Amino acid sequence: MTAPMLELRGIRKNFGALLVTDDVSLTIPRNELHAMIGPNGAGKTTLIHQISGLLSSNSGQIFLNGEDITALDLPQRARKGIVRSFQITSILPHFSTLENVALAVQARSGSSFRFFGRADHEAALNEAALTALAEVGLPDRANLRAGLLSHGEKRQLELAIALAAQPSVLLLDEPLAGTGPEESAILIELLRRLKGRLTIVLIEHDMEAVFSLADRISVLVYGKIIATGTPQAIRDNPDVRTAYLGEETV
Amino acid sequence: MIMRREILPLSIFGALAVLPLLGSFGSDAFILSIVARVMIFAIAALSLDLILGYGALVSFGHAAFLGIGAYAVGILSAHGIREAAIQIPVALFVSALFALVTGAISLRTKGIYFIMITLAFGQMAYFFGVSLAAYGGDDGMTLPGRSLFFGYDIAASERAFYFLVFAFLVVVYAACRTLVISRFGRVIRGARENAQRMEAIGFSLFSYQLTIYVIAGTLCGLAGFLLANQTQFVSPAYMTWQRSGELIVMVLLGGLGSLNGAILGAAAFLLLEEGLSHLTEYWKLYFGPFLVLVVLFARGGLMGGFKRLTGTGDGR
Repeated sequence: MTAPMLELRGIRKNFGALLVTDDVSLTIPRNELHAMIGPNGAGKTTLIHQISGLLSSNSGQIFLNGEDITALDLPQRARKGIVRSFQITSILPHFSTLENVALAVQARSGSSFRFFGRADHEAALNEAALTALAEVGLPDRANLRAGLLSHGEKRQLELAIALAAQPSVLLLDEPLAGTGPEESAILIELLRRLKGRLTIVLIEHDMEAVFSLADRISVLVYGKIIATGTPQAIRDNPDVRTAYLGEETV
Repeated sequence: MIMRREILPLSIFGALAVLPLLGSFGSDAFILSIVARVMIFAIAALSLDLILGYGALVSFGHAAFLGIGAYAVGILSAHGIREAAIQIPVALFVSALFALVTGAISLRTKGIYFIMITLAFGQMAYFFGVSLAAYGGDDGMTLPGRSLFFGYDIAASERAFYFLVFAFLVVVYAACRTLVISRFGRVIRGARENAQRMEAIGFSLFSYQLTIYVIAGTLCGLAGFLLANQTQFVSPAYMTWQRSGELIVMVLLGGLGSLNGAILGAAAFLLLEEGLSHLTEYWKLYFGPFLVLVVLFARGGLMGGFKRLTGTGDGR
């Protein structure tokens, strides 16, 4: 039997007395789109921080494709294939859109301890970056300064950066946050195209999007996973209804 | 066709190249000496700009490398070794080693802590210089003459020394230009914009930042070698924290993250110092407000102003 793509075993995180991640265990098979939902303050973003290595865990283990990666930090895990986006858009605003993506390609192709030759003239990096930009629908923005993009385009760019880093596991922290209906339609369509091609962990508050995209959903409340299952199973789960979905009908 | 952004560096280096040819400067060669000093500090400012401007790492101890380069000349000369082919490698190596050790410690901190710890290492270097009783201690030491180049005393005349410094400046400038647009330079510039984004795509920034810190320290060591040769004098005063601050001012004045700016900033600082100190002993009283005005109204320093005037792009 092959190892699951991502496995969390009893991971915890506390900030002082506040327990933010409480003994979370989760197994995500290859190429699953796994959504993480829960009320504000449930600890979803903290969990993404722990999986990506931005925050270390107080206890527990994390396995990527069977390999224990608990001790690795953010950049090391990124090189292993865990790539993330951020809730608040995180790009290089003064770089061109193309260079934002080309840097992610550069991170995965050869050494960056090269002191000669213009990086922005490297055709292989730029071509791969353009492919990623085309994938998210921004090819005509390649030469624009990234800081000048609209909010929705920045979210698309961040996805292109993540894709260019060749992830095996993509962690998306509210990719639709702050986008208007048209922008989010573009992003949802993009996620639909990515689904099945790589393993995705998605935090999102747009329930319609979550229930239409996810293979499975985990519900996080006060740092604990109270239920994991298919969208239909989550919809029908009485605990979930009381804890979270009660206020809105899905 | 020459691109517009090349006009400024070509003008700077063109002017520096023809200056000694514009007739004789008389016996004291006063202007040549001042401009050579400008070029030496331009090398130091270029090196600081690599970490301060491109890396956004505010080092407040950069003058230590000036002192290390200078003491390499002074101490070797005191033992009869005046050969530049030995002095320069020693100056560069010791500077690199000091940068490697202090950088490896300093770069574990961020922000204000990085400033304080680099200041502390700078002060350590300063007091180490003061404690070198055998080499003049607090008073410093006078050199027997300028360094020899493969046995020849070719740097003895002001004009020859000027061209020597000019050649070093051209090489350092070209190396920095190449560096900042290379793959490595792009990682450093990316980390300045958004360190977390860079780490999230897989760059372990510590090793990149340590490397640029060592490169900057080494280049500043070269400036120290030249400074000792120009003044034929070495003292701990090269390593004071005020000197580190002056280097920061030069970079800020020229415009952070602009190599042309670093040269212009060094020139502006030293020429203003020279000019104002002739007018009044209290020249800093006038220089201070001037600096405040530049920071407030000419964001991006002289290069920022230049770019606004000419409408040229991002100007590296």
